[in-house]
Amino acid sequence: MKNKYSFFTLLKNAFSYHENWGKAWRDPEPKKEYEAIIIGGGGHGLATAYYLAKKHNMRNIAVVEKGWIGGGNTGRNTTIIRSNYLWDASAGLYDHALKIWEGLSQELNYNVMFSQRGVMNLAHNLQDVRDLKRRTHANRLNGIDAIYLNTDEVKKFCPIINTSPDIRYPVLGGTLQRRAGTARHDAVAWGYARGADEMGVDIIQNCEVKGIKRNGNDVEGIETTKGFIKTKKIGVVAAGHSSVIASMAGLRLPLESKPLQALVSEPVKPIIDTVVMSNAVHAYVSQSDKGELVIGAGTDDYISYSQKGSHEIVEGTLSAILELYPIFSRMRMLRQWGGYC
Amino acid sequence: MFIINCPYCGEREQTEFKAGGEAHIVRPKQPTELSDDEWAEYLFMRKNIKGIQFERWIHIHGCRKWFNVVRDTSNDEIKAVYKMGEKPLIK
Ligand SMILES: Cc1cc2nc3c(=O)[nH]c(=O)nc-3n(C[C@H](O)[C@H](O)[C@H](O)COP(=O)(O)OP(=O)(O)OC[C@H]3O[C@@H](n4cnc5c(N)ncnc54)[C@H](O)[C@@H]3O)c2cc1C
Ligand SMILES: [Zn+2]
Repeated sequence: MKNKYSFFTLLKNAFSYHENWGKAWRDPEPKKEYEAIIIGGGGHGLATAYYLAKKHNMRNIAVVEKGWIGGGNTGRNTTIIRSNYLWDASAGLYDHALKIWEGLSQELNYNVMFSQRGVMNLAHNLQDVRDLKRRTHANRLNGIDAIYLNTDEVKKFCPIINTSPDIRYPVLGGTLQRRAGTARHDAVAWGYARGADEMGVDIIQNCEVKGIKRNGNDVEGIETTKGFIKTKKIGVVAAGHSSVIASMAGLRLPLESKPLQALVSEPVKPIIDTVVMSNAVHAYVSQSDKGELVIGAGTDDYISYSQKGSHEIVEGTLSAILELYPIFSRMRMLRQWGGYC
Repeated sequence: MFIINCPYCGEREQTEFKAGGEAHIVRPKQPTELSDDEWAEYLFMRKNIKGIQFERWIHIHGCRKWFNVVRDTSNDEIKAVYKMGEKPLIK
């Protein structure tokens, strides 16, 4: 790697006040033609490019992104990583991903700040208890670490949770996956971008795809704000915009794009050293390394590309958070935003 | 959050309503004759439009009636509201 990051390069660059670090990836103009083009420069699009280049030796490929890489949902999520899903297929997929995370900083030579601080999922009613126990068993059968906690054990693992039995959504138990945790979402996009670029992949930002040229059952290329680019293979990795891009090729997808919101508080000293998720009340909390509470809310039930959700969704999440974590009652929220999933 | 003009009750906050997805998807006349692909088309395939979308809403915390809405999904602006069985005034 040209610009390998290490203790020595850090030291060397310290002598010039970190003003001479090279660019992490090039900023190329699109070529006339590529073997394949990936539409969407989020974590998934960049990872697709990286593994196509690395595992399948496809180097003449490009990622085209309408804004800046990682500026979509990748830079908007609450950074939770876990693999404790119920179905065999999901468990296989997510645990494969979690294993990649476990070695990702080393593989990419880029610190993705992966932190296996554990993810706890709370049960608030009898059905939750049954579902979470069933999921714990299913996870174990699939070789995924999972334990079931009773109310006292939940309290012991995360003492700031209000486990009193008379709250609106009492904590009846929970699951814990210790290998789960968080990572820095921007770093994932940047790390994969740098790795893909190094292998010759063109990452083209500020390049919006406007149309797809078809010839019968084949594609001939994409129309973009930087002109026409020829290719016979297109990968659409555009999250909430996938239907929009598929429709350019006359395809329909079984998808609906709905707003999903998150918010962060002012930074405070360490108060919660794990991730706690409450699916029943759509309240997800962890604390960033800067000290902000990172709070995930629920989705709206209508389709929207506005990148903002309803106020009452945030209100519902925060009222659940306040009841579960009374200690947060005087925290001030700094920013709130939406993505589309 | 936005205001929806229920054709039966007038303007109310969106929180009183529930979205019911894409409108004018015709229920198959002979469900028993459908292939898996046709079922998938009916049940799952959606336009998911960025722009003007025709959709159904129900005034769930009000009159509990279903009706249609024409909304721009890129900015949530509502263009028209019309009753079930009626034709929208805009195309
Ligand atoms: C509020 C919120 C919280 C979340 N929390 C979590 C969490 O805790 N854990 C978790 O695992 N997941 C979470 N998610 C989901 C996760 O963020 C997404 O699944 C993931 O980021 C999707 O990555 P992606 O690369 O597929 O899409 P994106 O990062 O959205 O990238 C798609 C890219 O396509 C580009 N694009 C769109 N149209 C065009 C066009 N016409 N031409 C060119 N480019 C185009 C966009 O600009 C965008 O950069 C959350 C999502 C949200 C919104
Ligand atoms: Zn009404």
